[in-house]
Amino acid sequence: MSFNIVVCVKQVVDPDTPSAAFNINQDKLSVIPADGIPPVVNGYCENAVEAALKIKDSIPDTTVTVVSIGTNFIMDVIKKPLSMGADKMILVDDPNLESLDPFSTTKILSSVISKISDYDLIICGQHASDWDNAHVPMGISETLNIPCLNSAREIDIKPNEITIKSSIPDGYITLKSSLPALVTVSNEIGEPRYPTLKGIMQASRKTPEKLSFENIDIKISDLSPKMTLVDLALPVSNSKCEILEGEDDADSGKLLALKLRESKII
Amino acid sequence: MSDILVLAETENNYLHSTAGELIAAGRKLADELGNQVCAVITDDVDESSFKNLIHLGADKVYVISHAELSKGNIDAFVSYLEQICIQINPNVILTSRTYMGRNIGARIAYRLESGVAQDCIDVEIDKNSSRVIATRPVYGGNAVARFTFNQDDPQVIILRVKSFDSNEIDTTRNGSIEKLNISIDNDAIKLKLIETVKEESEGIRLEDAPVIVAGGRGLGGPEPFKQLEELANIFDGAVGASRAVCDAGWMDHAFQIGLTGKQVAPDVYITVGISGASQHMAGCLGSRNIIAINNDADANIFKDASYGVVGDWEKVLPSFTEAVRDLLKS
Ligand SMILES: Cc1cc2nc3c(=O)[nH]c(=O)nc-3n(C[C@H](O)[C@H](O)[C@H](O)COP(=O)(O)OP(=O)(O)OC[C@H]3O[C@@H](n4cnc5c(N)ncnc54)[C@H](O)[C@@H]3O)c2cc1C
Ligand SMILES: Nc1ncnc2c1ncn2[C@@H]1O[C@H](COP(=O)(O)O)[C@@H](O)[C@H]1O
Repeated sequence: MSFNIVVCVKQVVDPDTPSAAFNINQDKLSVIPADGIPPVVNGYCENAVEAALKIKDSIPDTTVTVVSIGTNFIMDVIKKPLSMGADKMILVDDPNLESLDPFSTTKILSSVISKISDYDLIICGQHASDWDNAHVPMGISETLNIPCLNSAREIDIKPNEITIKSSIPDGYITLKSSLPALVTVSNEIGEPRYPTLKGIMQASRKTPEKLSFENIDIKISDLSPKMTLVDLALPVSNSKCEILEGEDDADSGKLLALKLRESKII
Repeated sequence: MSDILVLAETENNYLHSTAGELIAAGRKLADELGNQVCAVITDDVDESSFKNLIHLGADKVYVISHAELSKGNIDAFVSYLEQICIQINPNVILTSRTYMGRNIGARIAYRLESGVAQDCIDVEIDKNSSRVIATRPVYGGNAVARFTFNQDDPQVIILRVKSFDSNEIDTTRNGSIEKLNISIDNDAIKLKLIETVKEESEGIRLEDAPVIVAGGRGLGGPEPFKQLEELANIFDGAVGASRAVCDAGWMDHAFQIGLTGKQVAPDVYITVGISGASQHMAGCLGSRNIIAINNDADANIFKDASYGVVGDWEKVLPSFTEAVRDLLKS
């Protein structure tokens, strides 16, 4: 059985950027990437690649195609899925995408994916750590009219059928649907594998296929943002922390307890 | 009439706690716009729940029923909401950022080709356009964004759990309860629910605990969590964890608190060896008091905590626990 998986991957600002290095461009209402901290592949997208590669491990005749939409791709960053073991990569890199909104992203991704013939499964991250939208995957499944299985912690593929364990707060739900389908994953699917030396060598020889809007029959006028960002600000913290300091750490612990009692917190 | 439609979730035959939160948010919008709050609920609940929705602030209750809805099939919910929207043409749809709500909200928005804002912590009406302005943390909480919708019909808002307080129950409120007859296309139900497996650990649920003691990577391994449990037990509270802890396998993912874990708002949230990354704080900022034990005076957690100790938890925690035990005895 040959099996075609599309994985949607986004390049994002490193979420481990310290809060202190976080700055906003008020004219463009955008986040200024911190100096010297390169972008990364969104964490859950790496989990999505891992999920695809696990399937490839069990179904050898599997092709994993990674798709990403954006601008200013850093090749060393965005090619990581290839060095992990993905087969192909498609990048839609168009200057019009500078301030890409999730509704347009959904439209473009759906259009690119529907041009990949015979896809069996789309795997997405559960959410992207930049704008925390967490709805592009649901948008793709609605646009392509295919089943949407969320928050998979385990994926099982049978001919023409997918079963997942979907994480809920106090356990899991076993969900099943026909293929093609779309699945979202989070870190619960398992740690992304490290690129091997061989993988890195192979990836260095692969060139991502680059598409612009003309290649995918999308016109700027087709895109409708649906929402407008009116304000972007750093969060304000209104708490002032009182630090209890005793003679030593043990004493401080005791003082903390007394303070909480005195303030009627406990 | 363009109403505010609220998806009231149920749990074990009763209203889920988020139903009241959604109605409170819906009321805020409806009172400004001069329209009504309509709650949609499945019929697999105690009859009193319908009235409760009205007492919490709803004007109308629409009851829907289908075996797949009772099972929690998201496809069924999306199809039902689609049909309801065709009938009543709401201005706003509100769901909660629960497992169900965050998926249903996003799906119905795309089904209706509308906009959707995930994880909102506040909503208000823009005086000029009469459309909703949604406030939502972005970049894991490192920034806060406000968005307006470019179109009505409907504006879909997915509300962060515990970001609104339910209104007081008002038993004098009146409203209508209507069973809706809706037929949906069975082909639209593509998901099959095979089984739901609860893995709930014994003890009090994190979401219900008045006191939570949460541990982070600073604890260095799984064993210290026994000490956190000891402290939590004094308060009849519960133990939570950061994602770093769950990813390391020290605790199960069910204990994870944060943006992608559970959202909690206890009276007291005590963190031990947690740095206070914005993604973690997203799950506990609603707590009345945040207390921190961390050996790094510059750790982010001290920005959000009201009391803390800068020190090694191995020394601080035992004496803190002992003192708490003594104080609560007397
Ligand atoms: C999309 C996304 C979603 C996320 N969702 C979540 C989420 O839901 N929940 C979550 O928690 N995180 C989440 N994170 C991860 C988050 O960004 C942080 O990486 C994580 O919260 C860090 O966990 P920590 O505080 O335990 O570890 P660290 O950041 O490593 O902090 C450990 C702390 O312990 C202190 N320490 C060390 N030794 C001692 C000692 N002996 N005594 C006292 N203190 C000590 C250190 O000073 C440090 O401050 C998410 C990240 C992303 C990108
Ligand atoms: N620009 C993009 N390119 C490729 N995939 C994307 C893009 N934006 C979102 N996705 C996919 O959708 C998931 C959720 O993203 P979001 O809805 O933006 O939070 C991501 O983990 C990706 O799998």
